Amino acid sequence: MSHWHHFRVWRGDQGGGKLEDYPVEVNEGEVVLDIIHRLQQTEANDLACRWNCKAGKCGSCSVEINGKPRLACMTRMSTFADDEVVTVTPLRTFPVIRDLVTDVEFNYVKAREVPAFAPPEGVAPGEYRMQQVDVERSQEFRKCIECYLCQNTCHAVRDHEENKEAFSGPRYLMRIAELDMHPLDAADRKDMAQDDHGLGYCNITKCCTEVCPEHIKITDNALIPMKERVVDRKYDPIVWLGNKLFRR
Amino acid sequence: MDRNVETHEYDVVVIGAGGAGLRAAIEARLQGKRVAIISKSLFGKAHTVMAEGGCAASMGNVNPNDNWMVHYRDTMRGGKFLNNWRMAELHAKEAPDRVWELETYGALFDRTKDGKISQRNFGGHTYPRLAHVGDRTGLELIRTLQQKIVSLQQDDHKVTGDYQSHLRVYHECTITELLKTDGRIAGCFGYFRNDGRFVRFDAPAIVLATGGVGKSYQVTSNSWEYTGDGHALALRAGATLINMEFLQFHPTGMVWPPSVKGILVTESVRGDGGVLRNSEGKRFMFDYIPDVFKEQYATTEEEGDRWYTDPDNNRRPPELLPRDEVARAINSEVKAGRGSPHGGVFLDIASRLKPEEILKRLPSMHHQFKELADVDITKEPMEVGPTCHYVMGGIEVDPDTGMSSVPGLFAAGECSGGMHGSNRLGGNSLSDLLVFGRRTGLYAAQFSEGARPAVAREDVDAAVERALLPFTTAAEQGENPFVVQLELQKCMHELVGIIRKEDEMEMALKKLEDIATRTRTVVVEGHREFNPGWHLALDLRNMLLVSLCVAKAALERQESRGGHTRDDFPVMDSDWRHILLVCSALGEDNVELTRKEQIPMRPELFDLFELDELKKYYTGEELGGHRA
Ligand SMILES: Cc1cc2nc3c(=O)[nH]c(=O)nc-3n(C[C@H](O)[C@H](O)[C@H](O)COP(=O)(O)OP(=O)(O)OC[C@H]3O[C@@H](n4cnc5c(N)ncnc54)[C@H](O)[C@@H]3O)c2cc1C
Repeated sequence: MSHWHHFRVWRGDQGGGKLEDYPVEVNEGEVVLDIIHRLQQTEANDLACRWNCKAGKCGSCSVEINGKPRLACMTRMSTFADDEVVTVTPLRTFPVIRDLVTDVEFNYVKAREVPAFAPPEGVAPGEYRMQQVDVERSQEFRKCIECYLCQNTCHAVRDHEENKEAFSGPRYLMRIAELDMHPLDAADRKDMAQDDHGLGYCNITKCCTEVCPEHIKITDNALIPMKERVVDRKYDPIVWLGNKLFRR
Repeated sequence: MDRNVETHEYDVVVIGAGGAGLRAAIEARLQGKRVAIISKSLFGKAHTVMAEGGCAASMGNVNPNDNWMVHYRDTMRGGKFLNNWRMAELHAKEAPDRVWELETYGALFDRTKDGKISQRNFGGHTYPRLAHVGDRTGLELIRTLQQKIVSLQQDDHKVTGDYQSHLRVYHECTITELLKTDGRIAGCFGYFRNDGRFVRFDAPAIVLATGGVGKSYQVTSNSWEYTGDGHALALRAGATLINMEFLQFHPTGMVWPPSVKGILVTESVRGDGGVLRNSEGKRFMFDYIPDVFKEQYATTEEEGDRWYTDPDNNRRPPELLPRDEVARAINSEVKAGRGSPHGGVFLDIASRLKPEEILKRLPSMHHQFKELADVDITKEPMEVGPTCHYVMGGIEVDPDTGMSSVPGLFAAGECSGGMHGSNRLGGNSLSDLLVFGRRTGLYAAQFSEGARPAVAREDVDAAVERALLPFTTAAEQGENPFVVQLELQKCMHELVGIIRKEDEMEMALKKLEDIATRTRTVVVEGHREFNPGWHLALDLRNMLLVSLCVAKAALERQESRGGHTRDDFPVMDSDWRHILLVCSALGEDNVELTRKEQIPMRPELFDLFELDELKKYYTGEELGGHRA
């Protein structure tokens, strides 16, 4: 069973652009990405859109659909009323390259600035022992498919270009939390979250959690615990003293 | 049009940022080389990210009886003894170290009770062997390797002040040509997808790690990247491909709704207890146990069910036969009219595990069916059917070093051939990526210390012209590349699919001839900035060349074995076991096929098998010469 639907897609580049209207055929079970593909195959061969696995696993096809950050491959057409206009625009927080494709380099730069996993000294490969309950906390964060929807939606950067320098965004603050909760990571990461990656900019409005296609509880399980750890460190004189001593 | 070509120079260039490419790059960097990684998609999004079930390595964490010899035997059996046995040997021996090493990069696998890496059952593996993270193992693998790359860049930054001084990722960059001088690799040429600008990388050693070819089929679990670029690049550079007739159709792809047809349903569903039923509710796999596997599989449902809790005293259920067997069985059931409403069969986990268990063990399957098909797998069965999944065939390489017949050209991962023979076991790809990724990185680094042939100007000019062709043929009324692609996919799906016949394949070859002409003259609209039409126009010629290899080799091999099933030659024939079909390119869109003898297995490896088993695969003559 197919029907016709009114689609609007932003087309353009750094120089500017506009929403173009397309009437499109929609078949049972289709997702927004299917419709984009149909447009490419028919009237818009050069319509630019990133995608890869089309199964919600790679996080490439992030766009804004009727203003909401979503994966185009996981947004079913049946979730819209037949007469509802479906408007697809590029992620707003990142500079547009062309049509629905944005420049996400910001994220790779931030990723490089988070110090890598520090292997425990004296533990040979094959000798790592960890309990399931202890790895589960970090495993939740490692479900992240790096679709950057959280980075895109976080208002600390969405409307504040000037904060991009100091703030790494939920994805990379969560990465720090992940490493901090890794049972065998040997580095200390509390200060860097606050001082180098702008944890303080986060005011826990949970926008990131809401858009996460993997349903990771970014705010509750990563950011808030990380803030608590930082606070303990900063204001608890005993922790502070202990750290001073052990670092020597 | 702008014909400028940006130039970079490296010791080792790795084309592909999946598991194989990243592991190769890590190794080459650890050897002190300057390394570039190139990928069509964004860094961290390569196909490897989709792998679900796990990575096979005989660590023996769950069943201490496991060891490399058992893994080796399983791999050879899975591939029906057509595998390059040396690769299978190296793979079985080195896989555990490669997995353990990932933990030192920060990987977090699921754990056993005593805190070791947990391992799960999979088709064709004698013991629980797959290291895994729920059903998102590929994501863990790629993220871990990606983060290791970052970690190496951080080390370089400390010394040079530049993260990218010695190891740099050029993503969204497509390589369209390998450049050779005096018969050796000199570099490669391509374009950046974002703005269409041309680029060339000069390097004496190149590792191809470009993955598979599934996009030439209508129903596939593979992503758009799987256009066989590495296979075709190697062919055009004068290297050879082997085993191209062997394609793995994974038995369980989604069949409904149409837009998701082909998306994979992980084998872990069966490994964790899921069973296949036809429309009559029957567990039909018991009717399809082939003779060669009779001793290893349960013959009653009761025994099969007992195996999950007591594997030492029961045989495994036939749902866990190697993939080729299960795919063919599903195909037969559907043909016999016992399929599900949308042309598949039922895969039932709902009646076998508690909902909480399903959610814990198979979270992404639950998510996938809920979101894409409105099916709750904790309550209802899934509908599944075969989907084109993996290509066993690939670039012919030296088993130890991974170098092809072209000096300086290496290959690892799915684009290389030999390791899996006629059929790959689940979980053996991720381990293959790590083992041979590391090896090619190592040997490419060593090779790069030799001569550095200079890239020839004319070769670069020719590459530029070929890349621009789709813009310049516009005047000649060429076709839309998307239309030609659909036809190619339809042709391969219908005529060189899971069950093959001589007349159909001959027809396919005729059609491919026509598609070849059309591929050369496709036209694209618009400019070079992120233009999917242009991207496809260039990928299309790779898909075509690879499809020709598959069709020609499949027509030639007159037997059925692993991922090659002939309706007109339905049985496995020992006289074919030791024959490899080798493809080489004749110009841009034709291939030549030759036969080559497989090198006989080393005696001590041969002795790992019982003679009775070998008799099923080897000719009397071959066995007579060995053990009486
Ligand atoms: C859904 C699914 C589930 C799977 N599950 C499992 C599993 O559980 N266990 C298992 O062992 N195997 C599994 N497999 C198989 C396994 O994932 C693949 O075989 C493996 O990931 C291939 O890795 P690779 O490194 O060879 O290539 P890929 O990861 O595919 O990477 C290829 C790279 O090459 C790049 N590339 C390609 N062409 C070019 C070009 N022309 N120029 C520049 N770059 C290029 C791509 O951009 C990409 O970066 C699964 C496969 C699928 C599809």
